[in-house]
Amino acid sequence: MSITTVEGITKESTQAAIDEVLDMYPEKGKKKRAPHLAPNDQASGKACVKSNKKTVPGVMSARGCAYAGAKGVVWGPIRDMVHVSHGPVGCGWYSWGTRRNLMTGQLGVDQFGMQFTSDFQEKDIVYGGDKKLKTLLSEAKELFPLAKGISVLSECPVGLIGDDINAVAKATAKELDIPIIPCNCEGFRGVSQSLGHHISNDTIRDYIIETREFSEPIGPYDIALIGEYNIGGDAWSTKPLLEECGFNVKAVWTGDGEMEKIAATHQVRLNVIHCYRSMNYMCKVMEEKYGIPWIELNFFGPTKIKESLRKLAELFDDSIKEKVEAVIAKYDPVCQAIIDEVKPRLDGKKVMIYVGGLRPRHTIGAYEDLGMVCVGSGYEFAHSDDYDRTTPEMPDATVVFDDASEIELEHFAHTMKPDLVASGIKEKYMFQKMGLPFRQMHSWDYSGPYHGYKGFPIFARDIDMAINSPTWNLVKSPF
Amino acid sequence: MRQIAIYGKGGIGKSTTTQNTVAGLASIGKKVMIVGCDPKADSTRLILHAKAQATVMDMVRELGTVEDLELDDVMKVGFGDVKCVESGGPEPGVGCAGRGVITAINFLEENGAYTPDLDFVFYDVLGDVVCGGFAMPIRENKAEEIYIVCSGEMMAMYAANNIAKGILKYASSGKVRLGGLICNSRNTDREDELIEALAAKLGTQMIHFVPRDNQVQRAELRRMTVIEYSPDHKQANEYRELARKISENKMLVVPTPLEMEELEDLLMEFGIMEADDESVVGVAEAAS
Repeated sequence: MSITTVEGITKESTQAAIDEVLDMYPEKGKKKRAPHLAPNDQASGKACVKSNKKTVPGVMSARGCAYAGAKGVVWGPIRDMVHVSHGPVGCGWYSWGTRRNLMTGQLGVDQFGMQFTSDFQEKDIVYGGDKKLKTLLSEAKELFPLAKGISVLSECPVGLIGDDINAVAKATAKELDIPIIPCNCEGFRGVSQSLGHHISNDTIRDYIIETREFSEPIGPYDIALIGEYNIGGDAWSTKPLLEECGFNVKAVWTGDGEMEKIAATHQVRLNVIHCYRSMNYMCKVMEEKYGIPWIELNFFGPTKIKESLRKLAELFDDSIKEKVEAVIAKYDPVCQAIIDEVKPRLDGKKVMIYVGGLRPRHTIGAYEDLGMVCVGSGYEFAHSDDYDRTTPEMPDATVVFDDASEIELEHFAHTMKPDLVASGIKEKYMFQKMGLPFRQMHSWDYSGPYHGYKGFPIFARDIDMAINSPTWNLVKSPF
Repeated sequence: MRQIAIYGKGGIGKSTTTQNTVAGLASIGKKVMIVGCDPKADSTRLILHAKAQATVMDMVRELGTVEDLELDDVMKVGFGDVKCVESGGPEPGVGCAGRGVITAINFLEENGAYTPDLDFVFYDVLGDVVCGGFAMPIRENKAEEIYIVCSGEMMAMYAANNIAKGILKYASSGKVRLGGLICNSRNTDREDELIEALAAKLGTQMIHFVPRDNQVQRAELRRMTVIEYSPDHKQANEYRELARKISENKMLVVPTPLEMEELEDLLMEFGIMEADDESVVGVAEAAS
């Protein structure tokens, strides 16, 4: 394996930057944060930082909660279910549509990207919210008869007062003759939103999978696309792409998703997983229980797309291989034309990436397609297996940060001198005030899709626009 | 205004003792308010002659929000001009009764229930301090004086000692103090001596020994305190005496709870508990 490097970045220089960051902490915080920051070590081939640990109290963490992971990531995108935020109104309100998981269908008829909450008051805390939940479920069924199911997502107080949502769901599901799925994803559980993904996967395992069958017989090219959330329309790029390659995409988990198709996914031949962090659990369950193999792919940028499609074709016959090659031959020149146009303006530009649990490693290839180089990356809620996968993607000796705090990111921006920061809404304004170009990479900054061949031109345009906007020449940052 | 919380094992007679004591205070001209902090809501029935008073939480449930509630809706005036409020709460097994106590007391504070003319506020609290909600009455700026109702029975004394542990925790961070043990007699042997000995170990006093008398039950059948039902009865005198002692009490201490072994030694000394026979521990009846 050849080691890739960035000029001017050595293990020593990065370690010095890390040490400076750690010196800003009091002794106890320093000790806790130290294992979460390290220069990348490509040769080791494995994670170089500790992860999935409790955030140090007092620092500005960007993490979310278990409820956020359940509502925002796994359940929210399923378009034909009503998703109930069970508890006080705030959690539901602030998780409404913020991830930009787009949906087809008619709002309120066969698509429910709207906000349902049991809106807890003092009386519901004291007397329990179970009766209110039952009423709400009946009303939802009455108002939206075409809903295929209802998910009940617990907010913190529900766990504190011990409301038995599982019992209410069971009884009401029978009464209303509709699947009602209780998900015990109280926000205080776990160290980040990651546990919410896991709990939701377990809930799908216990309540949804195998409860439906596809009406038509299963063919040899029937696959499911897992961990694709249709952010800014991503699935509308990746699903047709896979279809063009000869596959039958029977279900998408869960972007623009349909409950009944998800429930019948135990019948597919292969699971293609994009966001490993949030959905690997169910891939493993389906592998163990139904013998369905799974494969991790990356749909960011032509290099990774090409690599992924060929890796996928390897598992199938020649007809698929031919179609895949034809697809690559069709789109590669289109991508090359875009690269030829923007690369001269982006060549050698540095990017620092801090997102959730997948994109930091998955987008590096796309930036490299544009001639850019990654000088630092990290995740809010990734685990060790994610960092294992990150090590070979990042140039050697660049900085890796797990559950980074505001002050750490600010400091790394000063020392690594990125030309672009790709992170979330909580980080956005800090970097913009520093006069640094920024892209919000959770929701594609009101743009997208970024996945697949349809997404790459948009990605390239957005990155070019962010970095080369003349605005930045007019800004003199005091920081 | 002195704020007083009454704790003790469930079923020991906290509500009866509280209401009779309050009636005693009222009969010597004191202005008193009772705040029932138990979802059972039976802390004011003898004062109001009512089966059950409309509680704060019941009214909140009816109106939808606590903001719509008025003080007059939940505060009733009974015997001796005693003001009565019940926090209320859910039936066992659902919701959060502790939050009900917090909501109710916050409501009373925000709506001016604690008027300066009051001499005493009594909190009659659910038997076991199972969570933070039931410790609400002894938080900062609330009750600073606690009396524990107990008897010469083993479990009542265990409970008293556990409550003393809770008081110790709050005493170290605030002003709450133990005022004494009220012995609500069950006619066990040497009960007064035993409770006095326990009180001494806890660093406090047995403030009064209330003898057992069926007059209390006769009054209760009419939903009345003994003091109102039969003011000349000797039991009424006992409660007036307890009321006077509380009114004049200056002995407020940080308790010194006992270790379990110490407590068991005390119980053995009084013959309530026998020494463990280690040879029979864990041996089933059929095997011995």
